[in-house]
Amino acid sequence: MENVEKLKFAFYWAASCGGCEIAVLDINEKILDVVAKADIVFWPVAIDIKYKDVEAMPDKHVDVCFFNGAIRTEEQEHMAKLLRAKSKVLVAFGSCACQGGIPGLANVADRKEIFETAYLQSTSTNNPDSVTPKTSFVVMEGELKLPELFDTVKTLDQTVDIDYYLPGCPPHSNLVAEAVEAIAKNELPPKGAVLASEKSVCDECPRKKEDKKISKINRVYEIVPDPEKCLLEQGIICMGPATRGGCEAQCVNANMPCTGCGGPCPNEVEQGAAMMSALLSILGVDGEKERAHDAKKLIAQVKDPLGTFYKYSLPASLIRRRIMKS
Amino acid sequence: MTKSAFKPKIVGFLCNWCSYAGADLAGVSRIQYPPTLRIVRVMCSGRVDPVFVLEAFRSGADGVLVAGCHPGDCHYLSGNYKAQRRILMLKKVLEQLGLEPERLRLEWVSASEGDRFATIVKDMTEEITKLGPSPLSVGGHFNVKK
Repeated sequence: MENVEKLKFAFYWAASCGGCEIAVLDINEKILDVVAKADIVFWPVAIDIKYKDVEAMPDKHVDVCFFNGAIRTEEQEHMAKLLRAKSKVLVAFGSCACQGGIPGLANVADRKEIFETAYLQSTSTNNPDSVTPKTSFVVMEGELKLPELFDTVKTLDQTVDIDYYLPGCPPHSNLVAEAVEAIAKNELPPKGAVLASEKSVCDECPRKKEDKKISKINRVYEIVPDPEKCLLEQGIICMGPATRGGCEAQCVNANMPCTGCGGPCPNEVEQGAAMMSALLSILGVDGEKERAHDAKKLIAQVKDPLGTFYKYSLPASLIRRRIMKS
Repeated sequence: MTKSAFKPKIVGFLCNWCSYAGADLAGVSRIQYPPTLRIVRVMCSGRVDPVFVLEAFRSGADGVLVAGCHPGDCHYLSGNYKAQRRILMLKKVLEQLGLEPERLRLEWVSASEGDRFATIVKDMTEEITKLGPSPLSVGGHFNVKK
């Protein structure tokens, strides 16, 4: 009777929506293979293991830690460093850990502005004493503490050294299952690899791709897209050309454009810049000579370039955040 | 005040056929202009990927100049139209990031416009000097610990 020692897995969520935890369960019956091969030694959403139990573990005790969520508080930074020390392999799981994700868009503001909007200025708020969160508050029973919220959202690899990236919002269940299998068989690629496709989403997209020339940008609610034709050709901004695949183009198959959660394609410095370059090559290309004077109006059709091209990747981008106001 | 000592660093992407030649003409004609421009020659302004501009700012450039052939005169016919659209979009992005869009400038300079090239660099240097050093170069932006 073989006495194979089970692998030890840990899962943690930082600045996250919880979708990545669900994604782990999305592998359906394959979860039985996972629990056959591994013991889950830490998973705040599901198991009552405490932080102090993790602190008590010897270094490298955990075989693989799947860390999802971006880093924007003291607590999250602490746990990233702790789990790095306690894990042999650390995987940035999901778009938030890989690139900053949706929470990363907070980098257009800072803590002061966020607190002012959320706790003071929003229309439905009634806060006559202007109370905002504090890191420390003394009450009769003692001192209450809250982790400090940072001005800047960071990716996991901007905080600690990581081993692998598993992008997606959330990662496709196939990619999760493949990653777990690679771990079990000890067949992981070299450190630093992205555990997804080496090609763009366009490669997996079944739509007909013809000549790309668009003059009008259509928001998704403005037209009913032809289900057979490339969305970009219909004027809908689809991030497919600048996004890593592996997701089976699920969004496109549901008649919605790709929004870029898979992160940049291999060898791309920055996802946002790559998409801008691609889109602007084909936007207004028909009659560009005659309408060069109107280029501003053409560009104005993209209402929010930062939110469109950097939806998941602002912290990972070259500039990373809006300039801090002094 | 150290402000008067500030000499901006401007990165210039100049297309081989028109604007680089124009800059060259300024040189051989011994036209004086500020030594603030660091020139990168590209074959066409359409080669200027938005990544180049963003990398330049990230590396601490106080300003970026992209110069190409006049509309209709592009050596590759339509590269400069792509450049125009890209730079316009980049300006919007820079604005959203809180960086003054005046730091990025697009100009059409022909091979015979040596004089005009020098004037452009002079004007841009004055403008950037007034804006001050790029907030990305003074340090702290990328080391935002918190």
